[in-house]
Amino acid sequence: MSTVISVENLGKKYLLKHQSSRQPYVALRDVLSDGIKNFGQRLLGRGNSSLSDPAQEEFWALKDVSFEVKQGDRIGIIGRNGAGKSTLLKILSRITEPTTGCVRIKGRVASLLEVGTGFHPELTGRENIFLNGAILGMSRAEIRKKFDEIVDFAEIEKFLDTPVKRYSSGMYVRLAFAVAAHLEPEILVVDEVLAVGDAQFQKKCLGKMEDVSTKEGRTVLFVSHNMAALRTLCTQAVEIEKGNIKFVGDVDAAVQRYLQNEHTSFVRRDHQKGNRFLQVSVIDAVGVPGETFTESNKMYLAVRVFIECPKDIHCGVTLYNSVNVPLISSCVLDTFGDMQAGVSNYTLQIPVELLHSGHYRVEGAIWDQYRVYDNSENLCNFSLVRNDSILEAKGTESRGFLRFPYDWRLETVRGDIAP
Amino acid sequence: MDTTEIIIKPGASALHYWRDIWRYRELFFFLAWRDILVRYKQTAIGIAWSVLRPLATMLVFTVVFGKLAKLPSNGVPYPIMVYVAMLPWQFFANSLTESSNSLIDNANLLTKVYFPRLIVPAGSVIVGLVDFFISSVILGGLMVWYRFVPDSRIFLLPLFLIMAFMASFGAGLWLSALNVKYRDFRYVVPFLVQFGLYISPVGFSSSIVPADWRFLYFLNPMVGVIDGFRWAILGDAFPINWPGLSLSCFLVALVFVGGLFYFRRMERSFADVV
Repeated sequence: MSTVISVENLGKKYLLKHQSSRQPYVALRDVLSDGIKNFGQRLLGRGNSSLSDPAQEEFWALKDVSFEVKQGDRIGIIGRNGAGKSTLLKILSRITEPTTGCVRIKGRVASLLEVGTGFHPELTGRENIFLNGAILGMSRAEIRKKFDEIVDFAEIEKFLDTPVKRYSSGMYVRLAFAVAAHLEPEILVVDEVLAVGDAQFQKKCLGKMEDVSTKEGRTVLFVSHNMAALRTLCTQAVEIEKGNIKFVGDVDAAVQRYLQNEHTSFVRRDHQKGNRFLQVSVIDAVGVPGETFTESNKMYLAVRVFIECPKDIHCGVTLYNSVNVPLISSCVLDTFGDMQAGVSNYTLQIPVELLHSGHYRVEGAIWDQYRVYDNSENLCNFSLVRNDSILEAKGTESRGFLRFPYDWRLETVRGDIAP
Repeated sequence: MDTTEIIIKPGASALHYWRDIWRYRELFFFLAWRDILVRYKQTAIGIAWSVLRPLATMLVFTVVFGKLAKLPSNGVPYPIMVYVAMLPWQFFANSLTESSNSLIDNANLLTKVYFPRLIVPAGSVIVGLVDFFISSVILGGLMVWYRFVPDSRIFLLPLFLIMAFMASFGAGLWLSALNVKYRDFRYVVPFLVQFGLYISPVGFSSSIVPADWRFLYFLNPMVGVIDGFRWAILGDAFPINWPGLSLSCFLVALVFVGGLFYFRRMERSFADVV
């Protein structure tokens, strides 16, 4: 198999501006006034280059990334939020330029970074199919050929000539997916777009994508937080962490590695000052931290924080499931009027009875109305294995993200035979 | 199968740029088509708006400049003289307004899909051109009404239309690229358009400008375009000032080429800045 994508020493640098009060874009006024200021300083002989500007900070979203993709490979890209996955996809699909390095791509690339890019609410379903198709890189002839197939797939025949602003959100997403699913480039780049839409339709789309790639040997690059989807669709995986490549290889190994490497508990090691998390872990009833629990354990989230001045400070946590859906959250101020100054331990019981078996992640932040002092998307992780569900034991997936915390009750009706 | 190799590295976007524009021509037409379709959706009189606006402006100018100020029209009916200038001016003004905002309005596309960014402002100018052709129907009506027959010079009109196109597109390129970075230009453009209507000879003939100043008047490239339109359609009553026209042509070319270079240079960072 020949190499279709080769990435060498790829890097992307962003300049971060720390000016919360100003607008996110540059105003001409600022450029002019800065220019005059610089000019004035140069006249006075005070060198001041923009590099030393404290309001600007360099940030490498990607650094020294190298890997190769062979024709027909289906590669999953794994990494936490902010690891650089989306930046990588944006460079590969030529939306933004790299700062260093080089990428060689053989073949036509279509990128699907968002579902329904360029959909116009005023246009009808029919018009939007053509528009969206063209935006995704299909030719008019190609769209016409697949038109019926797309309409069928989206199940919207009746509403073809209705402006999409009158569509229900489900119809909208289905139509958008349908167009995307019928893309047939040599290389398909897909960002986390399957996170929207109902589960059944997601499966249909995954199936369609798998079909296209296995039967016709297309190359697919696929970013997702949904490990199950990655495992079914991909053969290989690349793991990115903080802009660097951590692992390249077999998808099962990569997923396993990724899940293992997640912090099972958090201990502060850097030298951050001010309000901050010191240690966060999941503990059982006797205070022993762990990573795998069953439904018979009582589970608590133990959070040790340092608070400088507790006035109006909030500290909250959110529980996410393995497909990155926030499930439940809580804030210290839900219970207490104020937080306590200094170092303190807060514990919060985790409602085991609400959770299905699976892998969970805890996100947390400390903030007030002006700024966020500390936040982490991944304070700690745990797995729950339920032994009490016969359905799960049989391998059937449960519906919904949460389960009823109560048991069914049975009342036998005597003597009667159903009519 | 397309086996061409794409190389992505810093500063290498120029490689297949013009071929890419050709390849994305369908998207270009789709974007223009979308803008035309969307433009008058949910309006009661629809496309009539693109006729109504120049018509109303023409009436006001005829009354104010022709009847009240009694400015000369060199023997041509005043409404026709105004409308002939109104056409290229509206084309320029609409294209400029639309194209300068086009990149920001399509920000969701810029950050999600690759295509040569040039086709976005170009599409806006095409929309302006369609409006131009629709509103020129009124000119035909006026000519029939006043029994005015243009001579064979009208076949040179496309040349001046190309000049108007280049002026609109060139200025559109500058302003759209600047607008991405400096949102100030969002406020500059309406002002520019309003101001331009009065410093261009739309409501009056450029012959009322003192002869000593006439050459300098052509520093406004739209003076060249409008005078060209009048010369081609209205004939000898509006003789052309050739040195002035050359100056305007030169400036249009300068704006166009400069705009192209500036746009190409800024284009790479659009997705990061917009």
